[in-house]
Amino acid sequence: MTTTAIAPAAPATGDPAFAGRRTASLRRLARDPAALFGAAIVVVVVVCALFAPLIARADPNAQDLAATLQPPMWIAGGTHAHLLGTDNLGRDLLARIIWGARVSAIVGISVVAIGGTIGVTAGLLAGYRRGWVDAVIARITDVQLAFPLVLLAVAIVAVVGPGLWTVIAAIGLTSWVQYVRVVRAETMSLREREFVAAAEAAGAGPTRVLARHLLPNVASAAIVLGTFEIARAIVLESSLSFLGLGVPPTTPSWGGMLADGRQYLDTAWWTALFPGLAIMTAVMGVNLLGDGLRDALDPTE
Amino acid sequence: MTAYLARRALGALWALIGVAIVVFLILHLTGDPASVMMPPEATKAEIEAFRHAQGFDRPLIVQFASFALSAGHGDLGLSLRHQEPAMSLALQRLPATVLLAGSAFLIVALIGVPAGILSALRPRTWVDYVARVVALIGQSAPTYWIGLMLILFFAVRLGWFPASGIGDWRNLILPAATLGFFSTAKIMRLTRAAMLEVLAADYLRTARAKGLTFLRVTLWHGLRNALLPIVTQLGVELGTLLSGAIITETVFAWPGVGRLAVQAVFERDFPVVEAVVLIAATTFVVLNLVVDLLYAVLDPRIRYA
Repeated sequence: MTTTAIAPAAPATGDPAFAGRRTASLRRLARDPAALFGAAIVVVVVVCALFAPLIARADPNAQDLAATLQPPMWIAGGTHAHLLGTDNLGRDLLARIIWGARVSAIVGISVVAIGGTIGVTAGLLAGYRRGWVDAVIARITDVQLAFPLVLLAVAIVAVVGPGLWTVIAAIGLTSWVQYVRVVRAETMSLREREFVAAAEAAGAGPTRVLARHLLPNVASAAIVLGTFEIARAIVLESSLSFLGLGVPPTTPSWGGMLADGRQYLDTAWWTALFPGLAIMTAVMGVNLLGDGLRDALDPTE
Repeated sequence: MTAYLARRALGALWALIGVAIVVFLILHLTGDPASVMMPPEATKAEIEAFRHAQGFDRPLIVQFASFALSAGHGDLGLSLRHQEPAMSLALQRLPATVLLAGSAFLIVALIGVPAGILSALRPRTWVDYVARVVALIGQSAPTYWIGLMLILFFAVRLGWFPASGIGDWRNLILPAATLGFFSTAKIMRLTRAAMLEVLAADYLRTARAKGLTFLRVTLWHGLRNALLPIVTQLGVELGTLLSGAIITETVFAWPGVGRLAVQAVFERDFPVVEAVVLIAATTFVVLNLVVDLLYAVLDPRIRYA
């Protein structure tokens, strides 16, 4: 899911060992139960996001003011019509959680696409060109790191106005900085290697060296980082929605549901429990997958 | 060392100037700060009068120069909602945030590090698994949800602690635990990894072979050598806790800088938002500088020429 976002040019070096290394990594990943568990969670979330209208039995926005704050079905007063109960407007919690996967999936993927593209490009340039390019990028990175990220995102959304794409842009613009650090360090060691010198001697220009020889070699580090950045983006989006600065209230989102449920903590705990469990499970899945990818791609760790 | 210090201090100064530039630019993102700062129901004439009063009708570069000059003196103008300087409004809230972040930091250091050591000493036992599962939850659950669940369980159900507000130590427990959870998980994982690496080292086998006691081996020879990355990360976490208390403070109605910032954002009180961002960034930059110096003190191999 992240591969296309971070490495538009699929690994295509002339390195014959590359394909073999990749199969070995995949094999290691397939033997890691925690990573497989994480991958399974991610698949479930993505399927929910893609096929929400088919999976959810109820309309996520259908209000039933005669059945507000109904408990889950296994508790006295709960019904089979609403497996996880209803919220303060009588909307089906399960349906809203399934639909809420959409916002989280869109935000996670888009943020990685934005942050990854900016961050990997900047990191490659800084590490390969060094000199003033490196100095300028380092200065910008320092500024970004000094910023409290949540506050920066909150401020951007407050000025521009809430909405899905504002949220994505705000989080995306705060997420590039980690890639720069990792990719720059990798690139700096790679550029001293023979295959880069060979490409340069063969007349390859900087763009070609960067895109064909350096990018494929920093891709695995960027993909691992991208996984963790997806997790961070999902949490940050839900935090913004919780503060009322995320997607509009009519769009089901896990953070928005928690903001609603917060007012009913003492009478209807389920409205605050289940959306949070959904976030935690999704983020945990992504994190486990990320851990597994890191171990699989870098056997020396 | 002096040259290094000067270079790092200069870098920190640069970062803060950059932060000031970004803070200034954010307000001008939409091109019309006057209508961003005015309430939505304001009339055209009111917005126009406000634009003139705030000097938003001057060229951008002139506006930035005057902003930079006064910001350099810590003067960000009057709060738009409370007739008080924005900076002093934010500074008044600082002690509450420092108290909260400091308590959370104690939790991080006193639980995260020992749990990580235990986990590394007894890998693949129930201690290890429990610690790792808790760490995984801590790294995956959103802070505000942890806060809500702690309120639900300890305030609503058990009634042990108040759900919100500031007062005696009982008001502090839940917010501090909420704020510290994520960092505790991170430090625990880091400590575990660092200890595992050190415990496998040759010099530790030598220490054991010499017949040193278990405690002396693990703490004196083991922990001391694993401490470097842990201390560095602890410093970073302190900065994160101080500048990241926004959400926790909102959930618990804790009267700190972060809650002020969120309120200011909703009231469109941008001088106050700017003040909070500058305070948070300064804290973070200074703390990182201190951590870098600590690094040099702790590891005699590092000598900055």
